[in-house]
Amino acid sequence: MQETTTINNNFKSEEYFINMGPQHPATHGVLRLLLTIDGEIIKKVEPDLGYIHRSIEKMCERDSYQQIVHLTDRMDYLSSHINNEAVCLTVENALQLEIPERVKVVRTIIGELTRIASHCLWWGVMGMDVGALTTYFYGFRDREMINDIFEETCGARLTMNYNVPGGLMWDIHPNFVNRVKAFVKHFKTKIPEYDRLLTGNVIFQKRTKGVGVLSKEDAISFGASGPVGRGSGYSCDVRKYHPYSALDKVTFKESLQTAGDTFARYQVRIQEMWQSLSIVEQLIDNIPEGEHRVKTNAVIKLPKGEFYQKVETARGELGVYVISTGTKNPYRLKFRSPGFSNLSLLNHIAVGGKIGDLVATMATLDLVIPDIDR
Amino acid sequence: MSYFSNIFYGIKTLLTGMRVTGKYFLNSRKGAITQQYPDNRGILKMFDRFRGEVIMPHDENNEHACTGCQKCEIACPNGTIEIIWDRGLDEATGKKKKKIDQFVYHLSLCTMCGLCIDVCPTDAIEWGQNFENSVYDRTALTRVLNKPDSKIRPGVED
Ligand code: SF4
Ligand code: SF4
Repeated sequence: MQETTTINNNFKSEEYFINMGPQHPATHGVLRLLLTIDGEIIKKVEPDLGYIHRSIEKMCERDSYQQIVHLTDRMDYLSSHINNEAVCLTVENALQLEIPERVKVVRTIIGELTRIASHCLWWGVMGMDVGALTTYFYGFRDREMINDIFEETCGARLTMNYNVPGGLMWDIHPNFVNRVKAFVKHFKTKIPEYDRLLTGNVIFQKRTKGVGVLSKEDAISFGASGPVGRGSGYSCDVRKYHPYSALDKVTFKESLQTAGDTFARYQVRIQEMWQSLSIVEQLIDNIPEGEHRVKTNAVIKLPKGEFYQKVETARGELGVYVISTGTKNPYRLKFRSPGFSNLSLLNHIAVGGKIGDLVATMATLDLVIPDIDR
Repeated sequence: MSYFSNIFYGIKTLLTGMRVTGKYFLNSRKGAITQQYPDNRGILKMFDRFRGEVIMPHDENNEHACTGCQKCEIACPNGTIEIIWDRGLDEATGKKKKKIDQFVYHLSLCTMCGLCIDVCPTDAIEWGQNFENSVYDRTALTRVLNKPDSKIRPGVED
């Protein structure tokens, strides 16, 4: 970078700014970035939000607790099952409901499959952002199998809404176990292929190593979570520190990298796919028998007080904070969404880089815009 | 020297990647997942639980199981369901009883959350697997689910 910043005296250099987005393929949604640039060097990145704001938090104040669940599908739609789970866990903990083991295990399996599906999509799009179109098709091919599993059991491919306060909407489909096993077998041969195709590729490495470096201290102070934080060596896996559902019964390694650059965040996600696969494998063979749902009142009223539950979505820590006054609607419901905090550090790590690096950096932040705007 | 080894290393990693794509290129038929829609319309079958639209099944006597209790209307988060009801004479008991006149379903508003079907005490509504819902006029998406002249199946109570 050094040589390009030395200004040739014959030419006058001037800062100017351009809009990246709201309709830009690399922002993966309607996010507008105001870039102040000098030549190709980025001086400042200002995200402009609100293009897809649907006031979900306000709608939650109007809705009953059963109805809130389906709204969270529409936040981080790639982790929709985990979002649903977060709301359901909050309600169940507040009511002190005893949840059957079967529900916990199924929730965890589907949650980890969601994580894999999300990372598959991210991997495909990441490759495409840095110029490798093939990855896109391979990522989607593998995600397709998971989507079929979801469609058969939950009825939908993306906005599943399979969790209800008290359990699951239906029991798992008879084909579920076989399909998941077939997927695990299939996907084990595919991750090494991902590595051969993209991870080892020299162009890809040149474009990602040393780009968008985030130090551990900054990761903590910006509130980074998920693979973004772990790529900087900040151990922050909610699944490890505050296990929920059946995650306390499985063993898995938290994937950590210390470099903090784009490539480190890439590696964290690839490792997470392996870890998620191993979690699914540990659970799939012994799903306990039992009820798939416990009865709740038709009108759920939470006791008076404040409740908080956090889960690890594919993007990081999602927190659900409910203030209840004892009525059938929450008085206030706040989502702590991982995408919003991760976006806040974009300016910090992109300044000094080039526009092309910004695209690569954004790809590993793995932003989902509806999650940021809500 | 490292200049040349860098070049060779670069070429090697590119070839490794090309091997993967080459494998799929040669076996393109085996791994293909693309669906030939709409050519495969005849054999394309959605999963049983697929949420395409809310339907109200009628039996051969043109009878349904909806009592008009309006629980689905209350459970729906966005006013997709409107039940226009009436009181009619129950033939068995001779008493006046609530019955539906029109079960209006706005497909254009429905988020497919499934709460209505979940809450229905008599399983009067269920998921339909139709997914080809595009129309030229959006008023066509407002449907009346109970068929004309249909009645509630005798014996269904909520
Ligand atoms: S469909 Fe079911 S819930 Fe809705 S009014 Fe009819 S009986 Fe009641
Ligand atoms: S599926 Fe959900 S949105 Fe659609 S009619 Fe039923 S309750 Fe309403």
